[in-house]
Amino acid sequence: MDWSSILSNAARSAIGLETVIYALAAIGLNVQFGYAGLLNFGQAAFVAVGAYGLAITVTVLGLPFWLGVVVGLLGAVLLAVLLGIPTLRLRADYLAIATIAAAEIVRLTVRSATLREQTGGSSGLSGFAEGFYALSPLEQGRSYGFGPWVFSARLAWILLVGWVLIALCCTVVFLLMRSPWGRVLKGIREDEDAVRSLGKNVYAYKMQALVIGGVIGALAGFVFGIGRASVQPDLYGTELTFFIYTVLLLGGAARVLGPVVGAAVFWVALVLIENVLIQAVGAGFIPSAVMDSTQVGQVRFMLVGLALMLLMIFRPQGIFGDRRELAIDAR
Amino acid sequence: MPADETRPTTTPGGASPGGGGSHPAPAPPERLDGADGATPAPAPGPRALAARAALRDVPRVPGAPKPDPVLVADGVVRRFGGLTAVDVAHVEIQRGAITALIGPNGAGKTTFFNLLTGFDRPDEGTWTFEGRSLARVPAHRVARRGMVRTFQLTKALSRLTVIENMRLGATGQVGERLASAMFGWLWRGQEESNTRRADELLRRFKLDAKREDFAGSLSGGQRKLLEMARALMTEPRLVMLDEPMAGVNPALTQSLLEHVKDLREQGMTVMFVEHDMDMVRDISDWVVVMAQGAVVAEGPPDAVMADPAVIDAYLGGHHDAPLTEEGEEEQLAAAEAELEREHDREVGR
Ligand SMILES: Nc1ncnc2c1ncn2[C@@H]1O[C@H](COP(=O)(O)OP(=O)(O)O)[C@@H](O)[C@H]1O
Ligand SMILES: [Mg+2]
Repeated sequence: MDWSSILSNAARSAIGLETVIYALAAIGLNVQFGYAGLLNFGQAAFVAVGAYGLAITVTVLGLPFWLGVVVGLLGAVLLAVLLGIPTLRLRADYLAIATIAAAEIVRLTVRSATLREQTGGSSGLSGFAEGFYALSPLEQGRSYGFGPWVFSARLAWILLVGWVLIALCCTVVFLLMRSPWGRVLKGIREDEDAVRSLGKNVYAYKMQALVIGGVIGALAGFVFGIGRASVQPDLYGTELTFFIYTVLLLGGAARVLGPVVGAAVFWVALVLIENVLIQAVGAGFIPSAVMDSTQVGQVRFMLVGLALMLLMIFRPQGIFGDRRELAIDAR
Repeated sequence: MPADETRPTTTPGGASPGGGGSHPAPAPPERLDGADGATPAPAPGPRALAARAALRDVPRVPGAPKPDPVLVADGVVRRFGGLTAVDVAHVEIQRGAITALIGPNGAGKTTFFNLLTGFDRPDEGTWTFEGRSLARVPAHRVARRGMVRTFQLTKALSRLTVIENMRLGATGQVGERLASAMFGWLWRGQEESNTRRADELLRRFKLDAKREDFAGSLSGGQRKLLEMARALMTEPRLVMLDEPMAGVNPALTQSLLEHVKDLREQGMTVMFVEHDMDMVRDISDWVVVMAQGAVVAEGPPDAVMADPAVIDAYLGGHHDAPLTEEGEEEQLAAAEAELEREHDREVGR
């Protein structure tokens, strides 16, 4: 077994594209679910709106890249407001149902055959990322980085921008959540009627949280679309939302860095397990009667699921969570 | 215990010996037996005397007009399907007084509180607070107008610390606006003055030792205290307490009682729901009785409790709230005697 390649792949994935995408999406979800207690089960829709907003504006409408970014962000704001107006006054579970449905509506709409001209149908869109790479100060053809973290100029550029976005978002979340505004949000998570009785407009705060989290989700969508240089509707299904939740709970909800650490751990674990299995199957340590190399993809998710269960049993508050807080929940 | 307690606005009424502002019950916490005045209560403060004087000539009938009403409700009706939970024709609450709202379980007291404070919408009716209509005003605006309520089931914000609970109560915070939240220098000064006020209240409510604890780790009684203190952070003019004593350790009830009286001495109006009749008798200036959604009697505590309509309301309703402690004891004695007889019969066989 080639341990050096296994370990270097794992190390690369700690800061890789998937980690950036999931970290951003989970930072957004953290604002909504972790701090405000909003059960948004449609984070994938916000990611999709970001990615498709950019792709459609640039590829279909032929407009400049920056305008695509603006459209993606506005699209996320619009989706949040549309979802929030009817549901945020109702019980928490209504938002969960509405968002899960909305996410599927978004995915099925962009994938529909009637809209093939506009959205590319089930095969999606591509050719919108060049405007982004044109902005790169890095020299094409060279590679950047050190140790196991050496990336092509293109990948290095998107990773750089992605990590700057993560740093920015974390700073914003940190500043917001230590402010009285963040305190109101946490109060709403605990008991919104109590907060209402103290004269706070709970509805407005929930809407603000939903919009902010959605916009950060759209940022994840930009990185997702640009990193792959294409958008495909089926990458934005409900399992994306569930993985984002996994990442958030893994790192610890309502912690500023929880989503980032959660995303890195999640992807390192996934890549590590996958590489070990592939090598073990290849070297014959695992007989083909048990598993062959095509089954590794599924088995790694099973093992990650098992690891998550163990984590939730032995450290239910996540990596960064506070056990003291969790104990209170049980009362 | 409370040797260093400061009561800024309370001045002892008469020069009654030993009637100082801070006069806690002696160490073994006993329930006040207001009926025959066995326990010496602190002398009533000037506002208490004023409130009672103002209410002296008010007719003792449901819907009686008050000399200086702060809250007036008219024809407030709330139905749940076929059940009419609240049907209050007219009621006025006197400014600066402590008004108790009593009635058997299911009488509609909590629902009436919910309606008045915007947490529920009535099917019909109007009501005004300080002369301005509150119909269709959302709950948070009601609170901002100076009418704050607490809940029958305490709503401590568990995973916030006690001091954060308190700070949340302050109104008009610049830092609570999204546009200024990220810029600490815009709100830090206000936060500090709010914190000072919060700390002072925590000291008064003897919660200062719990300042940094999560509210969820407090006992039931401490949570009630915290909820009340937090409500006071909004600087209300009318405080509505829904069963403030329910589930509170008897050791704490005396101090809670004193806090409620204190609110009146600070010029606030208090309206509260309570089942413990001794407590109602002890602290309220006026009692409003509800039964099956309607106001059935009004008057000073002693008069109301002697009113046959009230006794009827209690006995007619679910009889789970004893009128007096003696009543409770009588029932208990009767039940025990019954058991005794049964036992004798069994043994005799
Ligand atoms: N949300 C609700 N839905 C249906 N019935 C309710 C609701 N809230 C209260 N009720 C009914 O209204 C009546 C008054 O209840 P409530 O105001 O809680 O009484 P109280 O506080 O005086 O004990 C009760 O019969 C109760 O069952
Ligand atoms: Mg009630």
